[in-house]
This record gives sequence, structure tokens and C-alpha cells, in this order.
Amino acid sequence: MEIQKVLEAEFGGDVSAFEMQFDIFTFEADKEINLKILTLLKEEHGFTFLNDLTAVHYPDKAGKELAVVYMLQNIKTSERIRFKVFAPITKPDVYTATALFSTANWLEREAYDFFGVNFKGHPNLIRIMNVDEMDYHPLRKEYPLEDQTRIDKDDEMFGR
Amino acid sequence: MIDSKTNIPLAEGSLGKKTYTMNLGPTHPATHGVFQNILEMDGERIVKATPTVGYIHRAFEKLAERRPFYQITPITDRLNYCSSPINNMGWHMTFEKLIGAKMPKRVDYLRIIIMELSRIADHLVCNSVIGVDTGALTGFVYVFEFRELIYEIFEEICGSRLTTNIGRIGGLERNFPDAAFNKIDHFLETFPKGMKEFETLLTRNRIFMERTMGCGGIDAERALNYGFTGPNLRACGIDYDMRTAHPYCSYEDFKFEIPVGTTGDVYDRFLVRNQEIWQSVEIIKQALEKISDLDPTVFHADLPDFYLPEKEDVYTKMEALIYHFKIVMGETEIPSGEVYHAVEGGNGEVGYYLISDGGRTPYRLHFRRPCFIYYQAYPEIVEGGMLSDAIVTMSSLNLIAGELDA
Repeated sequence: MEIQKVLEAEFGGDVSAFEMQFDIFTFEADKEINLKILTLLKEEHGFTFLNDLTAVHYPDKAGKELAVVYMLQNIKTSERIRFKVFAPITKPDVYTATALFSTANWLEREAYDFFGVNFKGHPNLIRIMNVDEMDYHPLRKEYPLEDQTRIDKDDEMFGR
Repeated sequence: MIDSKTNIPLAEGSLGKKTYTMNLGPTHPATHGVFQNILEMDGERIVKATPTVGYIHRAFEKLAERRPFYQITPITDRLNYCSSPINNMGWHMTFEKLIGAKMPKRVDYLRIIIMELSRIADHLVCNSVIGVDTGALTGFVYVFEFRELIYEIFEEICGSRLTTNIGRIGGLERNFPDAAFNKIDHFLETFPKGMKEFETLLTRNRIFMERTMGCGGIDAERALNYGFTGPNLRACGIDYDMRTAHPYCSYEDFKFEIPVGTTGDVYDRFLVRNQEIWQSVEIIKQALEKISDLDPTVFHADLPDFYLPEKEDVYTKMEALIYHFKIVMGETEIPSGEVYHAVEGGNGEVGYYLISDGGRTPYRLHFRRPCFIYYQAYPEIVEGGMLSDAIVTMSSLNLIAGELDA
């Protein structure tokens, strides 16, 4: 893959795990250089379209619990690329991509709302879907959905 | 907390000394859904708009982490409920990509018929509502007859109308009955005439043109930066369509055009959607022609590990019973991996980012909802314009609350 050579030449050991996953080329990167990668891909390789941005929680990966996933697309060639950066859950700071892509604004707010990723430099990092008073991040794995087989709950209106 | 600066001082020569705050929504008859906009107004001009979302958030991504793969389809219905079959198909194809299943051609074509029908229904709602917001209720009432015909076709195919839960992983739940084909034929016969009348009503209507041209426009570069997809991006002049950029479901076998606009305003979006409706009609005709020489009994792939066997066989055949049990109890092996699949929905790229760890439920499932992504551009589009333009802009963006909030 051509882009792999470019990235390896530019960032060396900070980018790794290059892999073709189904139809998308993917890799992992150090969280400190996420903006450098995005800028390089956008300015010099035509990946001007941020398809998607989301977060994933891996409670078992110590020190790399939260992953932020970026997916970019070259709108001319329809080539896609996806990469992940990892942040520890105790200090989930990742630089914001809002200056490069306006798309990232609400998507980062969503990732903050559900996973608590702290996007440094975001212009308006507040909850977007949930109520402001909420003090936890619901899509993290430590919050399981209610057990469907529980019998202690008796709801007069809706039954159980 | 919404950080909305209120009472902004206005420059000399404005109508008032300060702006006043107006709350448009969350439930307002003109917004066609649960949207709130806190507007700072100078007379009738919008100085600042602050949209809030999340009023109908239903935690689909969390719910999906608990459900077996085949039970996620009903969730996808509720994303863009104006074209739920497209969402359903998108989800099936995502999972089929993960397990590496290949559909027979007839299944692909039947799916395309369903998807294009629902695209027509989606666009009809959007375009006729633009008419309503500019004061022409006639077109809206008129095209709903054809939307009804489409929903009757869905009813024949899967039994429901709005939230369809149509199709299954590995194909369709049943073959199209003859009644469905008859209704499709009837639709193709009557619809072009009605659509032409609808177009004549608005496209060259002086009042409509004055009202929509130059209103709510966005240029191509900003639209790309904001992640626009679908008709709203194409109205700006970029021919990005999932059906041709990343062909799925045998769309590469079809001949159709991608209409594009130039200015990206409300009028262009209206025209692009109208043209797409005509293209969809062409695609359906082609698909009907293609399936006429294929084996009419095929409606699912040979995927015993994932596709539920016929009930008749479950009761009479050992093998079918075993597979039925395995599927329902989650005993089939599911490959682990990360897969992204996107389809061209009514509003643009509806994407499914699925992370599977080999369990019977997804490890993480993220929906890329086009509405959510391009609604961010709304303040930039309406600021500086009139309030009534903001209403028309909102309906022309075709914001669907279900897709916004997931």
C-alpha cells in the first residue's frame, strides 16, 4: 500500500498495525500525532472528507482503554482509510480535529458524551444526546444494560 | 448546558438595540420533528442559531451491544423512518460482509427494487414538504397517494408499512408474492403521470422559484468539510453517490445517472431529489427486466448457519431443526473483525461500523447517520437569513429526527 510507505517514512514507529480489513485500509497511531496524520492525509493525499469519527471502549487493554476511530475518504478516488488512536481511561485526552473538519464537531461531542473522551481544544465540548446533569458516560462497558431476566422489578403501568 | 449568547448588541441602523431570543421548537408544527433551535433575532433576521438535538435519543448503539445480530434490524428501522428498508438492507449487507456471504443475483435485484421504492417514498415526502412550507399544500396531498402505493407494496412483501424490518441476513424472509409484482407494475404505470404533474406544479412555478432560489445555499467546499452526503451534497455539484462510488448489492449492473446541482440551495436540492426519483423509476424497471430471466424461486442465499430454515422443514427435517436451534441459541460461529459498510440512504451515506469479537452480539456498533452529520451546518446556512427561509431550509435538508438522535 502506497500510503503505508508514506506514513512509515513520516512517523516511523508511531504508526503500526497496518492491515487491510475487508475493503478498508486501517492502521493504529499514537494519540499525540493524530492531527499530524489527519493534516498530512488531508493536505497531501486528498483525504478531504471525514466520513466518520467514533470511539470504542476496550476495558481489557490497560493504558489503551479508549480508542478514537477516524475514517477518511478521498472523495475523488473513493479510497477510504481508517485509523485508531488510543488513550488511557484515566486521562482520555485527544486533540480535536474540528479545525480540520467541521464534521468532527458534533461527532466529537457525541464521543465525549458516550465515552468521555476529552477532546483538547474543542470549541464547545458539552453533552449532545444525554442530559447535562448526567455524570457518567453510558456507552462504556462497565454499564451493562438491565438484566432481562430480573424479577424484582414490578412496573404497574407496563408490566414485566 | 447550551452556551447560547443572548441579547447580542446590534449595530447602528438595525431594527432594535439588541437581539431577542426566540425558541423554535422542540415541538413546532413548522419543523416536522423534534428539533429545537434557539434563535437570536433582529426583527425577522436570524443573527445566531443554536440547534439542540437529543430529544428522542434511544440509545441504539448500547441496545445493539446486547442483541443478537439478526435482532438489530428492527433498530435500524427507526433511524430514518421515511426509508427504513434502505437501513434494513444496509445492516444485512454489513453483516453479510463480515461473514463473507455472497447473495444470488435475484436477491440483489429484489433488494434494489425495495431500496429504490423507499428512496422514492423518502424523496416524495421531502419535496412535497418543501412545497408545504412555501405555501403549496396541494402537491403534498397529491403525492401521498403514490407514497401510499409504495407502502402497500411493502405491506405485500413483509407485512408492515413504516418500520418494515424487511429482509433477513442472507436474503429476504419470503419471496415476493404475485400481488407485490402486480402492485409494482401498477405503481410504475400510474406514478410517472402523477410525478410529472407534481413537477409541473412547482418546478416552474414563479412563486416557488422566488421563494427557494438562493435560499439556504452552501458551497461545495463547505459542504464537504461538513460531511454532507446524499442529495444535499449533490445539489452543491459533487457527484458522490454510494451506489457508484462504492457499488454494493449489484448496483454496478444498472445504468443510471447521478443528477447534480450547482448552487446547493433549496431549489437545487428540490431538483436533484426530483431527478433522483426518475432515476429510481428507471432502476426499478431495469431490475424487473433482469429478474424476469432468473429462477423465480430464489430469494435467499444458501447460508444455513445464518438464514433461518422454513418452518415446515424445522418440524419435519432433522438438519433444519438443528440449524434453527443453532441460530436462535447463538451457537453459530461468528468471525471477529471490524467492518464498515455504507449504503446510499434517502439522505446520504448510511454507514454501519461493526466491531465483532466473535460473540453472538456486536462488540460495538456505530451508525453513521447522515442527518446528524450535516445538521451541524444548519446555523452556518441560516444565519443572516430570514426566519421563513430557515424553515424552508430545514425541510429541504430533509432532517429526520430519528436519524439525528439514534
